Amino acid sequence: MTTAPEFTLCEQLIVAASEAWRGNGELVATGIGTAPRLAASLAKVTHTPELMMTDGEAWLVEDPVPLGPRGYDDRKPAGYLPFSRYFDAAVWPGKRHAMVSPSQIDRFGQMNISYLGGTYDQPKVQMLGARGFPGNSIYHINSMFIPAHSKRVFVEGEVDMVSSVGYNPARRIPGARFDFVDLRLIVTDLCVMDFGGADNAIRVIMLHPGVSFDQVQEATGFALEAAPDIKETPAPTPEQLAIIARFDPYNLRASVLKDNPAGKRS
Amino acid sequence: MNKQMSIEDFVGSLKSGMTIGIAGWGPRRKPMALIRAILRSDLKDLTIVAYGGPDVGMLCAAGKVKKVIFGFVSMDAIPLEPYFRKSREAGTLDILELDEGMLQWGLKAAAFRLPFLPTHVGLGTDVMTHGGFKTVQSPYEDGEVLLAMPALRLDAALLHVHRADKLGNIQALGPDTYYDEWFARAADKTFVSAEEVVERMDHSYPEDARFNIVERCFIHGVIEAPLGAHPTSMPPSYGWDMKHLKAYADSARAEGGWDAYLADTIGADEAGYIERVGGKDAVSSLPLPIF
Repeated sequence: MTTAPEFTLCEQLIVAASEAWRGNGELVATGIGTAPRLAASLAKVTHTPELMMTDGEAWLVEDPVPLGPRGYDDRKPAGYLPFSRYFDAAVWPGKRHAMVSPSQIDRFGQMNISYLGGTYDQPKVQMLGARGFPGNSIYHINSMFIPAHSKRVFVEGEVDMVSSVGYNPARRIPGARFDFVDLRLIVTDLCVMDFGGADNAIRVIMLHPGVSFDQVQEATGFALEAAPDIKETPAPTPEQLAIIARFDPYNLRASVLKDNPAGKRS
Repeated sequence: MNKQMSIEDFVGSLKSGMTIGIAGWGPRRKPMALIRAILRSDLKDLTIVAYGGPDVGMLCAAGKVKKVIFGFVSMDAIPLEPYFRKSREAGTLDILELDEGMLQWGLKAAAFRLPFLPTHVGLGTDVMTHGGFKTVQSPYEDGEVLLAMPALRLDAALLHVHRADKLGNIQALGPDTYYDEWFARAADKTFVSAEEVVERMDHSYPEDARFNIVERCFIHGVIEAPLGAHPTSMPPSYGWDMKHLKAYADSARAEGGWDAYLADTIGADEAGYIERVGGKDAVSSLPLPIF
C-alpha cells in the first residue's frame, strides 16, 4: 500500500479548477495566472486532451508549457494563434474557455478589472483597464479563480466598473443577444461555486474539507445559494500531484495562497 | 521615391493636438525611439490610441497627453503601468476605455472608410455606458441590436519593425504582428522606425517578403532606429529589459522621479540613450521573455 502523499490547498484547488474544462472539446483553454494555468494544463493531459493551449506568446502547443524559466525553444509549436488572430479565431467564434482572477465579482457574475473606487474620470485605484473582458464574457465560456475569498472580492452591490457581462437583467439591452454568456465555475480558497442557482444565481457546490457553508456566506457580500448535495472537495491523487509538479518545476504554486496552507482530505 | 527621414524630421511632422496610434502590445515591440523623440519635443495635447505599455505611461508622465483611448495599459510582468495610473488617479486625463477587440474593430472601420462596425462586444458593460456608445439594429429578419463601434481614425500611426527600405516596404520578423497593420491602415500618415533601413528590400531580403505586415502605400516615413524598441521586446532579436522597466516603475514612487528619468535616461539624443541604458551589445543580447 502506498502512503498517501502530502498536498497543499493550492494543489487541491488546481485539481478542482481543472474540472472547469472537462468535456469542453476543441477550444482554447486559457488559464490566466499560476493556478489557472496549471489547472488548464492538468485538464489537457488528463480528462480532456482535445483542449487547445498556447505557449502564452503566439504558438499553439499540444504539450502544455511548464511555468517559469526554460529554454525559449523548448516548447514545440503545433499551430499558430498570435494576438493578431485571437479575436477572429478564439474569442468571437466562441472557441475559448478562460479562467481569470478579477478584483471584484458581484451576485450577477459581473467582473471588474478596470478600477476600484472613485469615478470613471478619476478612479481611486487604476487597474488594467477592461482588457478583453467585455468580449470574452459576451462570446465564450468563462470561469474564475479567487485565491482569497472575501467581501472585498465578492462585493455587496454591483462591481465598481462592469468590465464583463454577467446575468444582470437590468443590464440586458432589448433586442441584443446575450445567449452566448456562459459562466461556469468559481474556485476559491474556501469552496467551489457555479451559476446553477435560480436565474443563474451563484451557488456553492463543493466545500473544502473543514469549511462550512456559513463560513463561505460570511466571507461573501451577497446571499449564496447552496446546491442540494454539497460535496467535499476531493484530495488530489498522486498522479495529479505529479503532473502539477511537472508543469511547475519551480514551485511557483507555493506563492498563490497566503502562507501556502496544507490541504486536507475528508 | 525615398521615404527615409531623420528622427528630427519625423517629430517635426507631428503637431500638437493630433490623434496618434501606437502599434505594438503592452511591453512588446513598441516604437520607443519615436516615443522618446516625442518626449524630447514640444508636442502636447495628444490623443493616444494604443494597446498601451510604457509608451503610454511615459507620454502621460511628460504631460504630452490629453486623452487616452485604450484596451489596457500594462507592462506584463509589472501589471500596472505606474505613470498611467498616476495620471488616471489624478483625474487629469480624458479617457475612452475599450475592450481590446473593440479597439482593433475601430481601426478596421477607419481603414475601410466606414463610420462604424457592428459588434456584440461592449453590450451590457460599463465600457458601453462610460464610452457613450450607441447601438444599431440589424435591417434583416433577425432584427438584432448591436453596438456600433465608431471608426478610430488616426492622424498618425507609429510602428517599430526589424527592416524597412526607402520605398516603405517593411518586415516584422517576430511571431506576433499584433494589430500593427490596422494602425497603419487607419492612419493618414504612418511612420515606421526600423532596426535597419536598406535601399531595396527585394535586393536585400527577398526571401522574407511574407513578413511584410502592411503594404508600402500605407507607409509615409521610414526612420532608422537600431534597438528602437528598448525597453520593450523585439522578438526574435532581443527581449524586453525588465530590469530597466522595474527601475522606471520605481521612479514613479520617488520624488522628482520622472524628471530624473527624463533627464538622465531619455536624455537629449537616441545614440546617447542606448549608451546610457547599457550600450549596444548589452541591449541586443537581452534574452527573449519566457511566458
